[in-house]
Amino acid sequence: MAKQADFDDVPGTYLFDRYRSRQGYHLNMFYFSLMKAANREAFLGDEQKYLDKFKLTPEQRNAVLARDWLRMIKLGGNIYYMSKLGATLGRSFQYMAGAMSGVTQEQYAEMMLKGGRSIEGNRSKKRRK
Amino acid sequence: MARIVGGLATTHVPAIGAAIDQGKTQTPYWKPLFDGYVRAQEWLAAKKPDVIVLVYNDHATAFSLEIIPTFAIGVAEEFPPADEGWGPRPVPVVKGHSELAWHLCESLILDEFDITMINVMPVDHGFTVPLSITCGKGSTCATPAAWPCKVVPISVNVVQYPPPTGKRCFDLGRAIAKAVKSYPEDLKVVVYGTGGMSHQLHGERAGLINQEWDKKFMDGLAPNPERLTRIPFIEYVRETGAEGIEMVMWLIMRGALGDKAAEIYRHYHVPASNTAAGLIILEPGAKAAKTAVKRRVAKKKARR
Repeated sequence: MAKQADFDDVPGTYLFDRYRSRQGYHLNMFYFSLMKAANREAFLGDEQKYLDKFKLTPEQRNAVLARDWLRMIKLGGNIYYMSKLGATLGRSFQYMAGAMSGVTQEQYAEMMLKGGRSIEGNRSKKRRK
Repeated sequence: MARIVGGLATTHVPAIGAAIDQGKTQTPYWKPLFDGYVRAQEWLAAKKPDVIVLVYNDHATAFSLEIIPTFAIGVAEEFPPADEGWGPRPVPVVKGHSELAWHLCESLILDEFDITMINVMPVDHGFTVPLSITCGKGSTCATPAAWPCKVVPISVNVVQYPPPTGKRCFDLGRAIAKAVKSYPEDLKVVVYGTGGMSHQLHGERAGLINQEWDKKFMDGLAPNPERLTRIPFIEYVRETGAEGIEMVMWLIMRGALGDKAAEIYRHYHVPASNTAAGLIILEPGAKAAKTAVKRRVAKKKARR
């Protein structure tokens, strides 16, 4: 079995394991609800009121309202669920990826055109040092 | 008797579907990717399958965190394209092969693979994009009025840890081959494995690509799949990005082709949005494998 220490050693990566799944259950179910057009409208019409329907923690709620994509992942969000919020706001996977890695969408797209983020130096936190 | 006449593995990036739907396939960004799929369309048209068994993963679309089946087979008569947040893709409804699907469930469960049987399953980009790029017409992938054959969806959980191991996927593929063989009607079946290749969509490491690893994986798929079945989860994550784990689904396709298989064609292109796009076509059988080895040797000699 893979060890938690191995999971935690991969830099900039938040594996959707049992801990994050429990932590993020309500957050991800909120994202999931946005696959219905009527719910997207309701959310965009009154975000606060719509979010009241889900048992988010105050941190999760603030991260959603602030569009803090990386924070949402750290608080148990899963990228495939989160992409439904992205789609609702007209944000692509590339936009969210740029935001999470701290660059603009343009800079991120440019990196991808050049062959993507290199594996060298990105395998392990331990071996980076 | 039904038989498997070929296997194909491909990336299923949502942006590829969007490029087709928005008519962007001929832009400088997308053209190199789509040009590489014309051969797959020709191959599939020549094979004329009655059914495609399409292995993919649901991306939090049909299944939420309420229910997470490890392996699920769609047994319905049809599967509608899903609304993933921007409206359903403008592609035909997928016609299932309910009888074969039920037969697969029966055979696989009695073979000790505990499959979840699904009657209601909207299908997302993981499913419709592979159909679009292999059944569309030409390098624009013009969407046909109807898909050319029936499709049996097999959905694999690779979103919630733990996904099934590579070996389990490979063994499932072998059991699928057995199940197809025991189906009484004379059907030609092509198996698709989809997803990958290297990509990471989340976190500060988003955008990771590992071309060298991807190419090795492709190199091993036809001649040496047993080695690939021993790749642990953590290696996929470390080397190919967190979402690269989708490649275990390629091993289901490979397992379904039997002991010997030959590589017919491959295509590899970076980037498709956040992802390294890969396509590989395999054919089953010792004869095909021998021809492929001869072809490789001749190629090497010619290079010298």
